[in-house]
Amino acid sequence: MSKRVALEASFAVAEAARMADVDVTAAYPITPQTHIPERLAEMVADGELDAAYIPVESEHSAMSACLGAAAVGARTFTATAGQGLELMHEVVYVASSMRYPIVMAVCNRALSAPLSVWGDHSDAMAVRDTGWIQVFCQNNQEAFDLTLWAFRVGEDPKVLFPVMVHLDGFTLSHVTEPVILPEQSEVDRFLPKFQYLFALNPDKPMTHGAFGPPEIYSEAKIAQEVAFRKSKEIILQGWNEFGNIFGRHYFPVEQYRTAGAKTLLLTMGSSTETAKIVIDERRDKGEAIGLISLRLWRPFPFEEFRQIVKGAETLIVLDRCISSGMGGPVFSEVRSALYNEVPKPKVVNIIGGLGGRDISENDFEYVIDRSREIAKQGSEKMLETVGVRGKMIGIRG
Amino acid sequence: MEGKTIKFGKNLVTTRESLAPGHNFCAGCGEALALRLALKALGENVIIANATGCIEICTSPLPYTSWRLPWMHTLFENTAAEISGVEAGLNILMKKGKIPQRDIKCIAIAGDGGTSDIGIQALSGAFERRHNFLYLCFDNEAYMNTGIQRSSATPYGASTTTAPAGKFSIGQITEKKNMVAIAVAHDIPYAATACHSYPFDLMNKVKKGAGIKGPAYIHILSCCPTGWRYPSNLTIEVGRLAVETGIFPLYEVDDGQYKLSIARPKLKPVEEYLKLQGRFRHLSDEEIKKIQGKTDRKYAKLRAKVAASAA
Repeated sequence: MSKRVALEASFAVAEAARMADVDVTAAYPITPQTHIPERLAEMVADGELDAAYIPVESEHSAMSACLGAAAVGARTFTATAGQGLELMHEVVYVASSMRYPIVMAVCNRALSAPLSVWGDHSDAMAVRDTGWIQVFCQNNQEAFDLTLWAFRVGEDPKVLFPVMVHLDGFTLSHVTEPVILPEQSEVDRFLPKFQYLFALNPDKPMTHGAFGPPEIYSEAKIAQEVAFRKSKEIILQGWNEFGNIFGRHYFPVEQYRTAGAKTLLLTMGSSTETAKIVIDERRDKGEAIGLISLRLWRPFPFEEFRQIVKGAETLIVLDRCISSGMGGPVFSEVRSALYNEVPKPKVVNIIGGLGGRDISENDFEYVIDRSREIAKQGSEKMLETVGVRGKMIGIRG
Repeated sequence: MEGKTIKFGKNLVTTRESLAPGHNFCAGCGEALALRLALKALGENVIIANATGCIEICTSPLPYTSWRLPWMHTLFENTAAEISGVEAGLNILMKKGKIPQRDIKCIAIAGDGGTSDIGIQALSGAFERRHNFLYLCFDNEAYMNTGIQRSSATPYGASTTTAPAGKFSIGQITEKKNMVAIAVAHDIPYAATACHSYPFDLMNKVKKGAGIKGPAYIHILSCCPTGWRYPSNLTIEVGRLAVETGIFPLYEVDDGQYKLSIARPKLKPVEEYLKLQGRFRHLSDEEIKKIQGKTDRKYAKLRAKVAASAA
């Protein structure tokens, strides 16, 4: 029997790693990720988890140790946030190119300077091109579910890519909510043992990580890209099977009251749940408004996304990150995904929730009203924000 | 690839070549020779993690490989961390019965830049965590792979492309970083120096280091005709002179106890070593005298450590 317990999202992630019977965790503490490695270290110390916990001296070494462990066929997990993800940046690329199916939880955090340990999506957006399968969580249950699912998908012999599970720093990582924990037997049914075909082994010497001269680098990268896009099939299959076993269903683009919606709001991560309250109120008053959330960030779910937003007149994209001199990175991608579509909604971008700034219900009210104005005017200012004391810095009226 | 063993006195050397021919090392490369010898000493039950550097670049142009051993390369500064993961991974998989129990030696290979500069943090971490691995630093005293840029292992007075000798500079103005002392400061069970010009000493140390439980470190002077600017047929001689002049003494540190591997009653003048190499060509007699003085002092310090260990 599965059981419903109160669990912090970080502990839910650690619990998923435990139930997945990870072999190796290498991690370096960084706020707001600390509760994940702490819990795993505790499990190892108490014998609840038979694993090697490597207390490395940096995030760069955390991911590097994960590469070594994965290369010999160990099920490997790590977690980080913000600056930590930036420090391991070059190693993050290597994990995907070498096809090591490492699972990493990222407790999304702003980037310095000014120093901020609080949440936004700057760290996630900085690694969007690294070749990892990436998903975003909205609540604690999803943090558990998607961590478990990540092993299953990443380790599939047809995939062999690392998977990043994004959960918002503090607003998820440190929040306690009810979580349904499955039976170990159900987990075992969902997640087969990791059998890595290319494990380093003296009986069958293999070279991992030969360098790519110009004669072959392009072919290697394109082969990787083809395989990465193909992984979508297994991603969907994984969610399908997850639903069959655990009764919770996941989709590349999640929808909330979207039927017949003329206005769609797009969010990612934990702010989606706040947005739902506002959508409910407006829907109940008869507004044709709905909410969508990108669950699958990479590979980008073009098909599902285009299908879902087809009938809308306005699409509002809330970004919790700035691509300097450009705007919101999610907005840029979403608009580019729609560019050749006919018909297509007007896409409006609002930036907010930076460095742990709350996005309240009132903020969402403003986001929706302001976006509709912008859509009606047809004009587009370079920078639209929510929750920022604009007069102070002279960016608005 | 089973090799016959040939008897050389008490040493047994396999004819098996774990480093396949066809690699891209320069003619007369001391590092290639040192690597070949080290691999002979290591045997086949190994997994190797290799930092970016001459060895990596000369042995693994996709789709070719010179490695007849399980080998991985990812980045420049992370080799000690990577081998930490390999070791921890193997141990736990064996403990959980997921792979058969056996003694697989975990070997990290890096150059002087990958060790004493960019990789020193990861190496210090791996030493401190007491992983069971042998770290081989192939020291050719500069970033040779990228074109002879200075590193912290470049000796005083050497001319390199980023610390060139000129009207107002003698080239490298700093002293060679003492990596063995840094390794020893981590209280690791075994550290040593070696050079390809003393092949049996090198192989014995590698064998010994690989057999140690816990972290072991061997710093291997690898003479580089390209970067040091000497004719490629002098590699063995240059390596011998480095040892005979006391510039690069061969010694072991066994559980903190220093022992000279080759104790010469009298050292040759450093000039004999320096004058063979283009990188020192600009040095005045006065500078050479300075280097002689420093070498003597460092050698005396080492002898004092050896004497203190024996006492």
